[in-house]
Amino acid sequence: MQEHISLLLVVIPLITALIVAVLPRGILPWASTLVATFICVVLASMQLWEVINGGVISYELGGWKPPWGIEYRIDTLNAFVALIVSGIAAITLPYALLSAEKEIPPHQIPLFYSAFLLCFTGLLGITQTGDIFNVFVFLEISSLSSYVLISLGSKRQALTSSYQYLIMGTLGATFFLIGVGFIYSQTGTLNMADLARILPEVTELKTIHTGFAFILIGLALKLALFPLHLWLPNAYTYAPSVITVFLSATATKVAVYVVIRILFYVMPSGFMATIPIGDFFVLLGIAGIIIMSVYAIYQSNVKRLLAYSSVAQIGYMVLGIGLASTAGVTATIIHLFNHALMKGALFMAVGAIIYRIGSCRMDNIHGLGRQMPWTFGAIVIGGLSLIGVPGTAGFISKWYLVLAAIEQSAWISVAAILTGSLLAVIYVGRLIEALYFKPATESQQNLKEAPILLLAPTWVLVFANIYFGLDTELTVGVSEQAAQALKAIVK
Amino acid sequence: MTHNLILRVISKFLIPLIILFALYVQFHGDFGPGGGFQAGVIFSSSIILYALVFGLDAAEKIIPTAILRILASLGALIYASVGIASIFSGGNYLNYSVLADTPVAGQHLGILLVELGVGITVSAVMLIIFFSFVGRSRP
Amino acid sequence: MDFIFSHYNYWITIFLMMVGFYIVISRGNLIKKIIGLNIFQVSAFLLYISIGAVQGGAAPIITEGVELYSNPLPHVLILTAIVVGVATTALALALVVRIKESYGTIEEDEIHEHDHSL
Repeated sequence: MQEHISLLLVVIPLITALIVAVLPRGILPWASTLVATFICVVLASMQLWEVINGGVISYELGGWKPPWGIEYRIDTLNAFVALIVSGIAAITLPYALLSAEKEIPPHQIPLFYSAFLLCFTGLLGITQTGDIFNVFVFLEISSLSSYVLISLGSKRQALTSSYQYLIMGTLGATFFLIGVGFIYSQTGTLNMADLARILPEVTELKTIHTGFAFILIGLALKLALFPLHLWLPNAYTYAPSVITVFLSATATKVAVYVVIRILFYVMPSGFMATIPIGDFFVLLGIAGIIIMSVYAIYQSNVKRLLAYSSVAQIGYMVLGIGLASTAGVTATIIHLFNHALMKGALFMAVGAIIYRIGSCRMDNIHGLGRQMPWTFGAIVIGGLSLIGVPGTAGFISKWYLVLAAIEQSAWISVAAILTGSLLAVIYVGRLIEALYFKPATESQQNLKEAPILLLAPTWVLVFANIYFGLDTELTVGVSEQAAQALKAIVK
Repeated sequence: MTHNLILRVISKFLIPLIILFALYVQFHGDFGPGGGFQAGVIFSSSIILYALVFGLDAAEKIIPTAILRILASLGALIYASVGIASIFSGGNYLNYSVLADTPVAGQHLGILLVELGVGITVSAVMLIIFFSFVGRSRP
Repeated sequence: MDFIFSHYNYWITIFLMMVGFYIVISRGNLIKKIIGLNIFQVSAFLLYISIGAVQGGAAPIITEGVELYSNPLPHVLILTAIVVGVATTALALALVVRIKESYGTIEEDEIHEHDHSL
């Protein structure tokens, strides 16, 4: 079975999704989903272990030799992202039981978990596959199921925001598809390793340039790169809490992974030096960090505040990619992991507040920190990590990002990263002020702490935030190994 | 409901032919143009024609939505389990060659089963889409 | 002139792409947006199909006496993409039905008015 791990990671959630869809309501759909995700975490860790020690894994589907057949090709980068995705899914699920019960009509629960698993399948599939068209298919599997999941939110705005996401997401996917078509028409292959081999001969062609432009714009829509982020704040605000946790920690991360894979693996080395795409990413990254952080300060809904902060955090990742150095990409990969931890913890804590009072508007949460000390503690530590205080995971990624920027004397980028942190102090401060320093309304005086089933997963992530802020061996070591394996980095 | 005699007679005559054609496209898919996607859509169109002429309730009596949901999952499960079966026969996922004694027979068996799964899922999903849209207008 | 006519498949693709894109951006009616999205997707499908065609090539089914076949791979890819497109359209229409039920309208600006008056 050992050699089938990379395949089973995709097939197990897929098969479970199909079975869960026809299960009767009750605890069974949740339990099967839980089991499937935990199996996936184990498999993903085994896969990462194997890749770190044994090198690249290649798995051909259907017995067709690559580059003709679909190949699953796993190196350190894939394996790490797959572990992030399955880890977050496994931590989200214990949380999902109560939260979903509260926010989703009971007759839709089995289908909810089925859609969740399909989304999970799609995200894992993107990380596993080595075929660029297959990436498109899995991208659409995960996107279609996340449109469904978002539309299950309890407010009617969930429907319109899901529709908006659907339009923009489909445009993005079609752009990606067109780009792949252009590249296929010139190279005749879809296998990414094979593309990396053939592309240097045809780099000068206008078709290739156009194709990559289409692909990158499509991906930018999917990863909510500023200024193509318009779908994200609404989608995160109105989605059910569990889904916000899951999507914010995984969906955009996987799109960032695809960008790294395309830019530094598929594209021939030196390609980024001939076109100003790196500067472009740096510019959009800086603009995203500053403008979106300022937007976050003025939000009156906590979920929307965190959603805008997510767009700003994506700015950091894109900035690291734009620097186009090993250090920059390392920082981006570290931030993929750390941002999943902190946003997961924060959205979970906000979900616990919603579980108790049914709202997360700034005016309604006054003084809740005193009634719900554990939830409040999670928000404080998650917030500190978001700011990048030493001792938290957020500090590590910002530290490496700043180092990467200094290495290239990119002082404007350094200034933008620090300004972003200062702006984060303001919006996290507003959140803490509302939660702790404003007096609670009379009706909310006797509010109880959130149930343990919501608090435990939240605090697992909170502790992870602190642990990975102190012990960086896993994150930094793996990220460095992953970045060094990407051969096309120029600087 | 008015008595559209001509419509009823003609569609009663046509529906078996459509189903027959769907089966032909389904099982002829490994020799010529065809396969599960097309066959599934053709098959579901016969039920949709029935629903248009004889009413939604009559159509749902033939294939209730609950059964359609199971069928939709079942088809995809057939597909996935063919892949699992080839793992247990010692090949890679979806490598049909190991399913039977000779690779050619294995490929034959594999593609037939996979296309059958696709056909079931596609026809069930098309019907679910149709029923759930049309069912919305019911009071 | 020759350049324009010999690449007519690309011109059709570009035309459809722009028409679809324009409809998605400019129309406020949610159904019309979906129609625009479909046209946009179809342009991508046509692009694939046309680059898979080989001049004088037969359908890619092995027959005796035929040497030149069209490339079957783009067709297979597009079959997948068409299925994705069908799923997207069905989901989008379902969302529009639900939006109509809860807002009473499918015009984008009226929906915004409803949400702000809350």
